[in-house]
Amino acid sequence: MAAEASAGDEFDVAVVGGGLVGVATAWGLAREGCRVVVLDEGDRAVRASRGNFALVWVQSKGLGLAPYAGWTIKSSNAWGGFSDLLKQETGLDVAFQRPGGFHLCLSEKELETRANNLKRLHNQPGIVDYKTEILNHDQVKAMLPDIGPEVVGGSFCPLDGHVNSLRLFRTLHTALNARGVTYLPSHRVENITREGGEFRLMTPHGEIRAAKVALAAGNANMRLAPMVGLEAPMRPERGQIVVTERLRPFLNHPVVTLRQTDEGTVMIGDSKEESVDPSGLTIGVSATEAERAVRQFPLLANVNVVRTWSAIRVMTQDGFPIYDESKTHPGAFTVCCHSGVTLAANHALTIAPMIARGALDASLVAPFSARRFHVQAAG
Amino acid sequence: MTASADLAPSYELVVIGGGPAGLAAAALAARAGVSTVLFDENPGVGGQIYRAITSTPVKDRAILGEDYWDGAKLAEEAKASGALIVNGATVWSLDRQRIVGISIAGKARMIEAGRVIIATGSQERPFPIPGWTLPGVMTAGAAQTALKAQGLVASGRTVLAGGGPLLWLLAAQTLRAGGKIDAILDTMPRRNWLHAMFHLPGFALSPYFGKGMALLKEVRAKVPIHRADTIEAVGADRVREVLFSSGGETRRLPADLLLLHQGVVPNVNLANAAGVAHVWNDRQLCFVPVLDADFGSSVPGIAVAGDGAGIAGGTAAAERGRIAAIAAVRALKPDCIVPDTQAIRQRLQREEMGRSFLDLLNRPVDAFRQPAGNTIVCRCEEVTANQVRDTAKMGCEGPNQMKAFLRCGMGPCQGRLCGLTVAELISAERGATLDEVGYYRLRPPVKPITLAELASLPISEAERKAVER
Amino acid sequence: MFKRLADSSPAVGIIVDGKPVSARAGDTIAAALLAAGIGHCRTTPVTGAPRAPYCLMGVCFDCLVTVDGVGSRQGCLIPVREGMKVETQLGRREAGR
Repeated sequence: MAAEASAGDEFDVAVVGGGLVGVATAWGLAREGCRVVVLDEGDRAVRASRGNFALVWVQSKGLGLAPYAGWTIKSSNAWGGFSDLLKQETGLDVAFQRPGGFHLCLSEKELETRANNLKRLHNQPGIVDYKTEILNHDQVKAMLPDIGPEVVGGSFCPLDGHVNSLRLFRTLHTALNARGVTYLPSHRVENITREGGEFRLMTPHGEIRAAKVALAAGNANMRLAPMVGLEAPMRPERGQIVVTERLRPFLNHPVVTLRQTDEGTVMIGDSKEESVDPSGLTIGVSATEAERAVRQFPLLANVNVVRTWSAIRVMTQDGFPIYDESKTHPGAFTVCCHSGVTLAANHALTIAPMIARGALDASLVAPFSARRFHVQAAG
Repeated sequence: MTASADLAPSYELVVIGGGPAGLAAAALAARAGVSTVLFDENPGVGGQIYRAITSTPVKDRAILGEDYWDGAKLAEEAKASGALIVNGATVWSLDRQRIVGISIAGKARMIEAGRVIIATGSQERPFPIPGWTLPGVMTAGAAQTALKAQGLVASGRTVLAGGGPLLWLLAAQTLRAGGKIDAILDTMPRRNWLHAMFHLPGFALSPYFGKGMALLKEVRAKVPIHRADTIEAVGADRVREVLFSSGGETRRLPADLLLLHQGVVPNVNLANAAGVAHVWNDRQLCFVPVLDADFGSSVPGIAVAGDGAGIAGGTAAAERGRIAAIAAVRALKPDCIVPDTQAIRQRLQREEMGRSFLDLLNRPVDAFRQPAGNTIVCRCEEVTANQVRDTAKMGCEGPNQMKAFLRCGMGPCQGRLCGLTVAELISAERGATLDEVGYYRLRPPVKPITLAELASLPISEAERKAVER
Repeated sequence: MFKRLADSSPAVGIIVDGKPVSARAGDTIAAALLAAGIGHCRTTPVTGAPRAPYCLMGVCFDCLVTVDGVGSRQGCLIPVREGMKVETQLGRREAGR
């Protein structure tokens, strides 16, 4: 339902942001019977959902905030059911697979750093054990026969998986459309006020009114959250991806920096740069990604690169999600995180029902309140 | 043959494309004393209009016509000018700092440029009809290329369809070369004449008037011409017949070769990836770069000359190349002596005269630009018109979101054969202007390079640290 | 589909899917395939549909072929060479080829 909203329209929930976090939350809200409007920017929006790496990833998550590991595993476990539900509704298969994933190391030093990080992660109090193992070259080669001689080893976690994230994006939009959710592109939210028990969201195409508001606008949450008595301290960063032509299947497990999609293309990535210019692209960074990919999988050397991409990561200041409800503006929530693919199942099936009920369940999400930034500052 | 390793790390001027605009620009700049390199991805210079001008096996000058042989002088001048001309060289990247990514024989290099002239010309407008992906369906330009470069002429049962000067020129050249054309399906509606007539005085004064009339007469005398409101290529493994309808009546023609053409449009990929601003040109129904009087783009130091600046033909392209080159020389070496632009601008104006008439007369109808049903729009990823239309109805309002949803434009051609169609379909479904809809945001490599080539490029410490952590 | 005008370009022998094909100096691979009457040069990686050269000017990528063991080469941009091995590319390319 892409119809223009008229001034008189009123919704149960306005979701601000039409990326993966926003549409997963909106779909979950619609399943709860809410009348939902999704307010999105236009085609040229800075959109992390079009540039992500599509992993449903567990290993490495939680160093510095132990509950994040459990939260991630919860979503990873819910993912199969989530993708089934989407398929039933839309007929579209988002190609979710959980064959276990690798982090590959190209030197002994990298492997040592990897092992130390995992040890620190697992030594945290209250951490869930997710059975990540360090493997040597031969052990990796037994599972990934095409690795090159420079791969000294790596880590493997059986819970890691991946999905076709662009199809997930399309599928969620299709499902929203089928459920009658109002989707309004080019409705950048300029201001939010709360009057007479409802929220008024100002856009270039008029005012939208809703009983509740869920901020799922990625890095723009930093601007929006203070309007409703919330906060979302962000530190966006740029990542680049290299994409090859479609190839016959050769890789049965995703690697954190390299995976083969169900369509056959190989995505290569995981760079981090300070720049927040989404139109820029650093060739030397793409070159580094390519060079490491060829060392990891020498058979890729003469494969054609058909695209590169840079996108701005949604990143909170400490890298962990922010889920909050406003004390001053009851009915306002933030849903803000980096891993919009991995956590999509949680956003749709856990966060959305909480918002529909009007209160977050502290037993699940209290560690992810933005109040943690003040505790740290005070400490 | 110049190899990647033979190139200097930088040139004062890099010209991209060896058609009339590129050849004229390189010749002028090099003669003025500017270090100039011209990169062209084809085996020889000439671009499309003067394709294979230095090597064509077609020796009978009457077959290709005198206009074609004009290209020989341009090629000779460029060769004699001292510009380094590198064929088989694919430019796959250009950025705002004017770093040019080049690939020659599977070896990539980055070259610095003081100024850049993009002279990548035009390509044929997408012609998405049912069956246009079948073997045996080609563009008219492709048949013309095969004639110019290899002396191949259509034999068997051949049908031409569409409209525009190139279609009629190809028909005449094919007939002169002893080829056979069974029918021409004219898709340009008669009402185009009404809109075009207003601009006829300008056209009548242009050099194209007499030539165009003679060409039509030559072809009409030998080939049956049918009007067509719809066209479909039919066949399982290859085209076997062409279905067309006119005034509600459907007819079938057996065919081994169907050659399609409905005009040419700027080849925008490289300029777009470099960040050059483009706007919709409603008369030519395509995106064109925003340019100043010297063909300078919105990116400092990067000019776009030739048909890439908007369609005006080969002779105009050369004049545009010269104007862009003069601006480049003046910026690089103010003391160098360059020709006065006054005379060049006058010649260019004369060439551009009558363009409005041609554009309006040959304006393709909506049905052939905005297909319906299961007609393939994106040839690479096999995305249909209905998929694009339905997704636009769902709320998708631009080609970049469309690309994310449907993969249109994600294949190796990188949107060259679907970009305009997708943009126009979104515009039609959402009632938005083409400037509101916009175009794919393109990124290097604009032509594929291998992972090993990308891996071989220089990497700074900071760039390595951005990946290795 | 196409015939050659009489001309004097020297013959160049190439191998297409294991069979000898006589091309001419100045041919690109795509032109040589068209002149030899070869039906299609690849099948698509999406539906397996047959494709043949469409634009001959480097923009459509429908003439992708495997050349001397390297896949996804643009046949319309590469001149033929004596002894060159050209193979029809079937569906998705195989990594390492």
